[in-house]
Amino acid sequence: MSGFFKSSIGRKVAMALSAFFLMIFLLMHVSVNLLSVFSEDTFNAASHFMGTNWLVQFIMQPILIFGVIFHFVMGFVLEIKNRKARNVSYVSNNGAANSTWMSRNMIYSGLVILAFLVLHFADFWIHEINVKYIAMHPEDPTRYFHELQEKFVPIWRVAAYVIAFVLLGLHLAHGFTSAFQSLGATASRKKTLQNIGKAYSILIPLGFIFIALYHHFNH
Amino acid sequence: MNLTLKIWRQKDSNAKGQMVDYKVTDISEHMSFLEMMDVLNEQLVNSGEDPVAFDHDCREGICGMCSMYINGEAHGPDRGVTTCQLHMRMFKDGDTITIEPFRASAFPVLKDLVVDRTAFERIQQAGGYISVNTSGNTQDANSIPISKHAADEAMDAATCIGCGACVATCKNSSAMLFVGAKVSQYALLPQGQIEAADRVRNMVAQMDLEGFGNCTNTGACEIECPKGISLDNIARMNRELMKASI
Amino acid sequence: MALNSKIPEGPIKDKWTNYKDHINLVNPANKRHIDIIVVGTGLAGGSAAATLAELGYNVKAFAYQDSPRRAHSIAAQGGINAAKNYMGDGDSTYRLFYDTVKGGDYRSREANVYRLAEVSANIIDQCVAQGVPFARDYGGLLDNRSFGGVLVSRTFYAKGQTGQQLLLGAYSAMNRQIARGKIEMFNRHEMLDVVKVNGKARGIIARNLITGEIERHSAHAVVIASGGYGNVYYLSTNAMGSNATAAWKIHKKGAYFANPCFTQIHPTCIPRSGDYQSKLTLMSESLRNDGRIWVPKNIEDAKALQQRKMKPTDIPEENRDYFLERRYPAFGNLVPRDVASRAAKERCDAGFGVNATGEAVYLDFASAIERYGKTQAKIHNLENPSKEKIYDLGKGIVEEKYGNLFQMYEKIVDENPYKTPMMIYPATHYTMGGIWVDYNLMTTVDGLYCIGEANFSEHGANRLGASALMQGLADGYFVLPYTIGDYLSNEIRTGKIPTNTPEFDEAEKDVKERLHFFINNKGEHSVDYYHKKLGKIMWDKVGMSRNEKGLIEAMAEIKELREDFWKNVKVPGNLYEMNPELEKAGRVADFLELGELFAKDALHRNESCGGHFREESVELDGEQKGEAKRNDKDYAYVAAWEYKGEPAAAVLHKEQLEFKDIELKQRSYK
Repeated sequence: MSGFFKSSIGRKVAMALSAFFLMIFLLMHVSVNLLSVFSEDTFNAASHFMGTNWLVQFIMQPILIFGVIFHFVMGFVLEIKNRKARNVSYVSNNGAANSTWMSRNMIYSGLVILAFLVLHFADFWIHEINVKYIAMHPEDPTRYFHELQEKFVPIWRVAAYVIAFVLLGLHLAHGFTSAFQSLGATASRKKTLQNIGKAYSILIPLGFIFIALYHHFNH
Repeated sequence: MNLTLKIWRQKDSNAKGQMVDYKVTDISEHMSFLEMMDVLNEQLVNSGEDPVAFDHDCREGICGMCSMYINGEAHGPDRGVTTCQLHMRMFKDGDTITIEPFRASAFPVLKDLVVDRTAFERIQQAGGYISVNTSGNTQDANSIPISKHAADEAMDAATCIGCGACVATCKNSSAMLFVGAKVSQYALLPQGQIEAADRVRNMVAQMDLEGFGNCTNTGACEIECPKGISLDNIARMNRELMKASI
Repeated sequence: MALNSKIPEGPIKDKWTNYKDHINLVNPANKRHIDIIVVGTGLAGGSAAATLAELGYNVKAFAYQDSPRRAHSIAAQGGINAAKNYMGDGDSTYRLFYDTVKGGDYRSREANVYRLAEVSANIIDQCVAQGVPFARDYGGLLDNRSFGGVLVSRTFYAKGQTGQQLLLGAYSAMNRQIARGKIEMFNRHEMLDVVKVNGKARGIIARNLITGEIERHSAHAVVIASGGYGNVYYLSTNAMGSNATAAWKIHKKGAYFANPCFTQIHPTCIPRSGDYQSKLTLMSESLRNDGRIWVPKNIEDAKALQQRKMKPTDIPEENRDYFLERRYPAFGNLVPRDVASRAAKERCDAGFGVNATGEAVYLDFASAIERYGKTQAKIHNLENPSKEKIYDLGKGIVEEKYGNLFQMYEKIVDENPYKTPMMIYPATHYTMGGIWVDYNLMTTVDGLYCIGEANFSEHGANRLGASALMQGLADGYFVLPYTIGDYLSNEIRTGKIPTNTPEFDEAEKDVKERLHFFINNKGEHSVDYYHKKLGKIMWDKVGMSRNEKGLIEAMAEIKELREDFWKNVKVPGNLYEMNPELEKAGRVADFLELGELFAKDALHRNESCGGHFREESVELDGEQKGEAKRNDKDYAYVAAWEYKGEPAAAVLHKEQLEFKDIELKQRSYK
């Protein structure tokens, strides 16, 4: 089995598995955040649960962080290897003739998402860690909603988030079906898969964008 | 029609190559692309210059020898054809056409537009066969019925001509469509089952060793493949390797 | 030297079995010390190399392409015959044997053909075991189709790519042996001479086509499987690189060349579109099952078509001449290849050709589309269907049957064959003639074998459809590996053959001298210039129909052209580099000699048989008036030519053919 993950196919399977994990996480993340649009209390309750439950904090969160780092590192490793597989590049190359922009530029949409994650971690995660584990503030189960609203006041941050989410959508537009293909899914399920993929890659980023805009205009 | 050709010239595998411009005149739209190249070469021979070396043989789209990257696409702008089946009616008078060899680190240039595709040979040798001797006493051909569906699908995979357009067109220079097609042909037939696990492991290992890139499922190979080999073959290879590894 | 065909004694049914039971074998431990060179890796060479390696010999295989998978066997479309009788339609080994001898117009060796029919069934078993994806029916069993000239369905196929699949099967068997180290594969190498030591073939001189190095390779036996010489016509359905160099070189070193004039011209090829044409593309013979062949009745209409002032669909039914149906009411459009080809040429020569060059006839599917459409309308219970509806239904059926061929045609010609009739014209396709071999497939040189299309083969004067693949694989998988053992059993004490001997020195010197000549000659004409000229002479005077005057002229013209070639040919570049022009020069030089022998053979054979049609030998009266007339009394022999310095000086040796199991009959398709 260890040999498997050293092979080219093993690596893309690993890439796909981490992608699946991240896609499930995104679905959960957007669901929890959407609560903030409907009810301040429910959102606070959910956030409080996520922020204090030991399973989430000490098991799920490290796995998630590992998943994110793995997906990025593996993405870079593969990109470097793939670039080396063509030592002389074409003078003229018409990539658009046979593939989508999204599929050819996963590394760039990925890099934008990475940059966004730095900002996002600085905005929320570092703040959380500081509040809970460094400054050791007493837990206030009603703080989450206000903290969220605060963040979306400055227009530059909202703009940055929106751009990042558009890129996330493009990343997912290829990534969703690609992950299935890497794991061996074939034609019989393709049409449905493609539709689900399309829906997913549009709705998830749209949800995030909606939340950001909603709080920007409704604080 | 009159055309300007920008062609990659490289003396041998060690030399540094560059693009060189040529002009050809009075090209008929009924010519095949390679016949247009013949016209250029005849012109070069007559003027005492070195003609452009390019691979070609059957000129009917089945041997897989011809391999040009024309205007940024493997086998040029038409679909479902090899370079030899591409016709000049796809171009207009006054066009400038860029002609490059198939590019991949695993396909080093030998001269001009000729590349070394023996990496494919070594992948096949790693397991692209069923171990059966020619004893003349193999069991009767009809003793194992094979469903028409499986036989047809195996045939579709086996249609691959090994030209390398998939590698040339893939942004990662991945050979997975080629290897996937061969793995699939045997994986779909009962005769191929006995050695299935070893086959896929060995062929993938050799493919990695040759320095081909990884598949990122852009689907470009399927579109540029002159024989329409499906991406499903890559998915099947992925499954076969997972199965073999568990 | 008298020809000894070494046909085993006994009744024809038992010859091969008895023979195998009594030949000498080489024990497995000794096979390890015996080397065999195989030149050419198509169906015959590839299957032979794989099988010999499997048996334990050390094989060195040579191909001019970058992979054995690219050999021109790959282009065979239709299928492969085998006497399996899976269809239960009365097929048998004897029937396949009979059909092949009859189809070959009684110019092949009975014992060889019977053996071919006998092993044909094994080929299918072998290929299925190798994973060749033959077409199957819904029950999961192998499907068969019928092919021209026979009364049973015995053709196995893999879509329209049977040759490809069979070659990939042989290639995979080779790959297995390459991986085991039993075959050493030399891709991009071309054999330029054979080396004889004490009268035995002991090695070859080959050029590495990447570096240009001249290499010496030794072995205990040499097998030539380099295919046919159809490219002597310049334009043919062969691959651009297909050449006769290996066969011609061994001819010059003592192997007799048999029946060079037996060449097959295939009737359904896409016509030439201009002088730049580099090769011709075959359209499967199966098209004649549904297509009707015609030209205009009136010469004015033909002229208008040639000048593109008129469209074929403008010509009303009564002004069309369905000449095959007219001349051969019994077989109609399904007459054998040679008959169909000559009839098309006759019409075009008379000025009725339908394209700009005047060298094309129509192959029309309109009535097939209508017929299928009406049947479909009945099946679907449509009452009074419209013309369009019938057309659509019929088109669907035609598309199902020939879709890929129609698509190929459209890509090349840029006309939609569903709407306007296809244009076709005959083209050189296969050469039945070749190196003379005995029952063991050994040439007149000891230890030198020749298999596949390169030998003079089991097809006599005409090959039936789907028989070429059968012969190639039979030779390579099931015949040569046995028969060669008989010879090699005497070689177990020979030891490694050294390459530093005077014989190798001399052969290498000759090869180098010739190559240097080409490079240094600095003449004025390209190699293609000569090849095209040769092709024109061959096509005009040694083509589909031949006469004494034309053949004598052809011999003189070829000789003259050859002399000019050796004075004025121009080859750019250097010897020690990849140099495609230099490769072509050597090949064309050999074609320029072979062409003359070809014409000489055609001249001497004053009879019409199979692919060879002499205008002097036709039926003068009766129902068969104007048709080919075979002369069994004077010409029922194999003409094997011995090289004597000049093609014109070649000496004829006759192998008389005996027909004990088949009665000689006139072919009639009226």
